[in-house]
Amino acid sequence: MQIDLKRFHTAFFDEAAEHLAVMEESLLALERMPEDGELLNRIFRAAHSVKGASGTFGFTDIATFTHSLESLLDRMRDREIMPTPALVELLLKSADVLGALVAVAKDGGPLPPAVEQLVAALDEARCGGHGNAATTTAKNSDPPPPKIVACEYTVKFVPGHDILLYGMDPLLLLRDLSQLGKIAEVTADTSRLPELTALVPEECYVGWVIRLVTDRSSDEIRAVFVFVEDSSQISIETTSAASEAGSAIPAGPQSGEMGSRGAGVLTTASAASQPKARNVETSSIRVSVEKVDELINLVGELVIAQSMVNQVIGQIPAEILPVMQGALATMDRCTRDLQERVMSVRMVPLASVFRRFPRVVRDLAGSLGKQITVKITGEDTELDRQMIEQIADPLTHLIRNAVDHGIGTPEDRQRSGKPPEGTVGLHAYHEGGNVVIEVSDDGRGLDHERIRRKAVAKGLIGPEDDLGETQLHALIFAPGFSTAEQVTDVSGRGVGMDVVKRNIEALNGSVSIESAPGHGSTFRIRLPLTMAILDGLAVSLGGDIYIFPLLSVIESFRPKAVEVKTIAGRGEVVMVRGKPVPLVRLHRIFHCPGAITEPTRGLVVLMEHQGKKLGILVDDLLGQLQVVMKSIESNYRKVEGLSAATILGDGQVAFIVDVPGLTRLARGH
Amino acid sequence: MSKSVLVVDDSTSMRQMVSFTMKEAGFDVIEAGHGQEAISRVQGKSVNLVITDLNMPVMDGMTMIRQLRAKPEFKFTPILMLTTESQQEKKLEGKAAGATGWIVKPFNPEQLLQVVAKVVR
Repeated sequence: MQIDLKRFHTAFFDEAAEHLAVMEESLLALERMPEDGELLNRIFRAAHSVKGASGTFGFTDIATFTHSLESLLDRMRDREIMPTPALVELLLKSADVLGALVAVAKDGGPLPPAVEQLVAALDEARCGGHGNAATTTAKNSDPPPPKIVACEYTVKFVPGHDILLYGMDPLLLLRDLSQLGKIAEVTADTSRLPELTALVPEECYVGWVIRLVTDRSSDEIRAVFVFVEDSSQISIETTSAASEAGSAIPAGPQSGEMGSRGAGVLTTASAASQPKARNVETSSIRVSVEKVDELINLVGELVIAQSMVNQVIGQIPAEILPVMQGALATMDRCTRDLQERVMSVRMVPLASVFRRFPRVVRDLAGSLGKQITVKITGEDTELDRQMIEQIADPLTHLIRNAVDHGIGTPEDRQRSGKPPEGTVGLHAYHEGGNVVIEVSDDGRGLDHERIRRKAVAKGLIGPEDDLGETQLHALIFAPGFSTAEQVTDVSGRGVGMDVVKRNIEALNGSVSIESAPGHGSTFRIRLPLTMAILDGLAVSLGGDIYIFPLLSVIESFRPKAVEVKTIAGRGEVVMVRGKPVPLVRLHRIFHCPGAITEPTRGLVVLMEHQGKKLGILVDDLLGQLQVVMKSIESNYRKVEGLSAATILGDGQVAFIVDVPGLTRLARGH
Repeated sequence: MSKSVLVVDDSTSMRQMVSFTMKEAGFDVIEAGHGQEAISRVQGKSVNLVITDLNMPVMDGMTMIRQLRAKPEFKFTPILMLTTESQQEKKLEGKAAGATGWIVKPFNPEQLLQVVAKVVR
């Protein structure tokens, strides 16, 4: 049977990642609780699992490395070696290298350079610094078995009484023997059979003497009995003259490794011949994301079809209308339930992102000479898989900021009457159909005066501008803004908070800040549960309908003629409570004939993006609705200013406006 | 009637590999991620073979083998354990718990079937 092991690689990579995460998490905990034996067990188990599977799937680099790791962990588990901070550090590094090795196995590329060095360090740690560990990791290379000519053996096999109770069938052993060569004679030895009254039917009293003619060695014959040799009497003697090296070897149990030596013993596998109807029971299955997306897409279509039906119900004759309405209401409910369930398939707990942060914080805090613990709550909160992937970067940035800028050194903190150890909090919870993720610290809080000075220096605000706290806070999200006195290698890498905000907004989310000087800051990220469905505001423009993401909409109003002005260098603006806001004429950007071009006859929808407001001129508002997003890019191509399309209840296609893209377009015009 | 096998391993990839191989060999497969799950999955049933990992969360392989062997339906059932070469002593411990034999990791599908053929007709 030829089975391609590649088909299991995805599963292996997935679980290796899980084991690595467990390893890292437990190592971090071990640092604080070196006495916790269960932590060591978990770490060992993770390494052990990776080793077993990697060897089986042919990833020898991973297998060799985890072997060293596992051997050390085994001794630590037995309390022969204690988890000193230096050792935990070494193990953490090993987890990193293991992750790199898995990545190499997955995507190719050169081996990480640290591997050999680390293996040596692991082996040294295991041997208590006495070196010479190489002997145990070296592969035992058996000499090739001596080639021999066929000869006759007398095999005596007296199974233990309880052989049947170990699930072993002695007849199978005789069959295996027959496959090694030719059985000349089998004699049953019934001398041990008791009186019938004393006979226990579950026990085995019979032994056998087999004369076997074969060209195999006695080791190979002994290998047949590998599972029973400890409980049975087995003797193998060469009876014919043909010579054989080592026939009198008393054959230790180690000689019969099934995985290596025994590989050639059985030439046929009788069970393997005919595949039959099969039936597998599992409690969970792995499904490709594409399949789930197809389902979501179809359910989306169903929702649309459903709303089409709802629209024409008025035309149904009055006599069947009530029945029809009842049926439709049921169908409606089912469709929505179905939609919800299907969406939930894509949801994964935030724990998968959260659990990387304790390590990030630990390493960072260490390099900055700070003491910081991480408090995580709500890691079971679920979010769309795609969003989980995309929220990781912004979260990392916020956390790095909290460690770098938010929390001070132990001395700083003690001076301001705080405990030397700072806390970074990571909390997730549901709120009004959204998922909220908070990144908080108990550090210095935002320095309002410094933000103001910087903003003035950068020309973001005038020196006399009177800004409220929220507006001041929002300034740190402005492009190019950074309050750190000097760019550190920790958080000042050229990606500013503006990128964080842009990434969050790309997920149709928003971010806000709460900060009290001296008490710390909280960054609150609000995300929709999923990206496939959007809460939108429908507007009309010419004969077309456009959808604005509701999250970005602040208000709408009909401007007076005096409020619409053109300012030199800034283009057309609309005055909102005395402040100029750029006015975007959507009909110009999307070339909509028949749209209202006179602002005083249409409506301006005020949107916010990156703390900047934008007024968009439309004909009229049509109302709020939930829409199923359909990619334009995958069906046509990327269109600047539009994020997606949707199909409305009446079958009409409406475009969903991309606010950041529109802002860029507006600047270009 | 086709033969059945209970495959117990907390590693999804290993479990998939063993299950797939056994299915190709014509077995009906029951899968479980640890000993406890395995025992509840075969409640009131019997199988023709058990293949189990040893190091697993919730309930390890040794404990499971002992508990299975104590059930009348599993009195004579062949039980193979998956070990590694670093677990020599586990073989003896496993035998004492009631295991029939072992398969040393790493192994390939052919090697697995060879060992299976040693204990299943």
